[in-house]
Amino acid sequence: MTGGITSPGSGWRQADSGPATQRRGGGGKKRRRGGGWRGRGEVAMVEDVEFTSYYGRQIVKTPVWKSPDVPLYLFLGGAAGSSAILAALADVTDRPALTRVGRLTAGGGSILSVVFLIHDLGRPERFLHMLRVLKVTSPLSVGTYILAPFSAAAGATAAVELLGWFPRLKRFGGVVAALFGGPLATYTGVLLANTAVPSWHAAHTQLPFVFGGSAMAAGGGITMMFTPVAEAGPARKMAITGAVVELAAMHKVENDHGIESEPYHEGRPGKLMQAAKTCTAAGAGLTAIAGRTRLGAVASGTLLAAGSLLTRFGVFEAGIASTKDPKYVVVPQRERLAARENEHASTITR
Amino acid sequence: MTISSASAAFTGNDPGNRLYGPVPDVTGQSGYEADHPKRVGFFTDTSVCIGCKACEVACKEWNTLPMDDSHGVRDVIGMSGMSYDNTGQLGANSWRHVAFIEQSRAVDLPMPTFGRPGDDRQGSGPSPAGAGDSVSLANAQQSVLNAEALSEFDPQTGQTGADKQIRWLMSSDVCKHCTHAGCLDVCPTGALFRTEYGTVVVQDDICNGCGYCVAACPYGVIDQRKDDGRVFKCTMCYDRLTDGLQPACATACPTQSIQFGDLDELQERADARLVTLKAQGVETARLYGRDEDDGVGGDGAFFLLLDEPEVYGLPPDPIVTTRDLPAMWKAAGKAAAMMVGVAVAAIAGSRRR
Repeated sequence: MTGGITSPGSGWRQADSGPATQRRGGGGKKRRRGGGWRGRGEVAMVEDVEFTSYYGRQIVKTPVWKSPDVPLYLFLGGAAGSSAILAALADVTDRPALTRVGRLTAGGGSILSVVFLIHDLGRPERFLHMLRVLKVTSPLSVGTYILAPFSAAAGATAAVELLGWFPRLKRFGGVVAALFGGPLATYTGVLLANTAVPSWHAAHTQLPFVFGGSAMAAGGGITMMFTPVAEAGPARKMAITGAVVELAAMHKVENDHGIESEPYHEGRPGKLMQAAKTCTAAGAGLTAIAGRTRLGAVASGTLLAAGSLLTRFGVFEAGIASTKDPKYVVVPQRERLAARENEHASTITR
Repeated sequence: MTISSASAAFTGNDPGNRLYGPVPDVTGQSGYEADHPKRVGFFTDTSVCIGCKACEVACKEWNTLPMDDSHGVRDVIGMSGMSYDNTGQLGANSWRHVAFIEQSRAVDLPMPTFGRPGDDRQGSGPSPAGAGDSVSLANAQQSVLNAEALSEFDPQTGQTGADKQIRWLMSSDVCKHCTHAGCLDVCPTGALFRTEYGTVVVQDDICNGCGYCVAACPYGVIDQRKDDGRVFKCTMCYDRLTDGLQPACATACPTQSIQFGDLDELQERADARLVTLKAQGVETARLYGRDEDDGVGGDGAFFLLLDEPEVYGLPPDPIVTTRDLPAMWKAAGKAAAMMVGVAVAAIAGSRRR
């Protein structure tokens, strides 16, 4: 044993100031890949926190989920889910045009979302392996058992709607789709939150509401674009409520979680979130003012759908960004440890 | 009883600690009969690691892992440029990773240093008080070309009033084979499963590359092989275990830094080692992943570290993500109900045509 190791106390610092500094001027390829090469000095300029890391390298892995596949899946699943609910209710209250538009949106969205989900797999041909087991601890497993019946029912209902066959079966299919529509739109929040990704996990009770609200804004927005304004009242109301829920829940995600909220404000994810909020708020406002005119309905519906889509991309990319900097892992965990130490001073040495 | 890849939380074998906390018999809880083998593990004692990377080589050879650079890019020779560590990280192609950290610190001791032999020769120490001392120091520095740069960058010549010490930390990182394994919990195909030895292993023929485990691991261990699509990680040499052999890395380790054995025995050994080191004055020694009350219910592969975990690239307080899953499902249920409620209200609140 050398004197170094046996010497009491700490005071040890990384000997050279810099793998990170050396790397800063490095090739663009490496930078993009690593992402976590920023050194302590650079981090300190962004945020006044001190932490140590292993050469600035990231600790948790960056999710291998592809963009735009996964954000699109989140968006389409949400829009399909909420329009299925709307369609089923419109059906029983005798609103044929809204029913039809809702069913087609749900059917189209669900089929497309299945395509995106499968395409995102590393081994798409093994999609059916998802159906080997049902695990409540795996949101993706649960989601498979939500998406499968939903897309079957919504897809069949939409097909039947187009072809005009079996009207009674249509209503049944629509109800089945509506039952799974809500869970389809909100489970995706759990899907992202149930990970070690700091900025997703921190918001684990809020993301389902963000996605639920965003789904209603998108579903309501899309259906009111294609439904005669006289019949689109429910779509407008759902869209506005959804937009308000989305904005409120997202506000909490962006502000309640200290350093883990930071990625929602910075860089590309920050810009996406800002654009999302602008679109959603403008869409909701325009719906209230001009939603009863054809042009107003199309414009506001487009804004709401765009806002929802941007929200999904923003949340997705903020999570990705939070994996690339070790501070989002180390700092919150250090704070947690410190809080625990304060609670009872005599904890076991880890 | 069938062996289930479902989490113990839902097989009814562990009503007390379903998603979190200590589990006395993680193997039995997964559905194995009572006569299953004891849980095995790794105890990696970094205080005797010499950074030889024999473990990395043995692992790559035995498991026929492809070459990759320090970012996990396959079939590329890439120097990390940061230290002697060119493996960089654990990933799909590196199941052992020797971290290498060079540290220095200023020493301000009342006596001449007891660290490196060179210090005494140069008559260094905290107080360069004597005029003769500073003259000889100046001479020594001038006798070296570019002395200024050297004194700045080379700790061996850094004689600037306060002396510097350096030390090298080396630690062989590996999959932790957690008691509550996030990867296992979230795997939607059942490709990840708990073996009869209490370890966590991926079945290559089942994995469909959904990538959920990659995002769920609090240690950033498991990763996807891009060209293959599936995920890979340490199996604790499941194939060798079934033949009564030790894992390749533990077999290759020349200093017994990597110790393999029954987990309870390793834990006792680690506790004793910690006491010994503390008695020798190594106050920064601590066990990592040993505590069964930690966020993952204790690790099957745990460590003796000489500095904070994050210095080695380990999370200081990892928690299995599924601990919070009940709260998440509750929120999702509420949000789904809210959607239906909003839709009903929207329909009811609108005049029909």
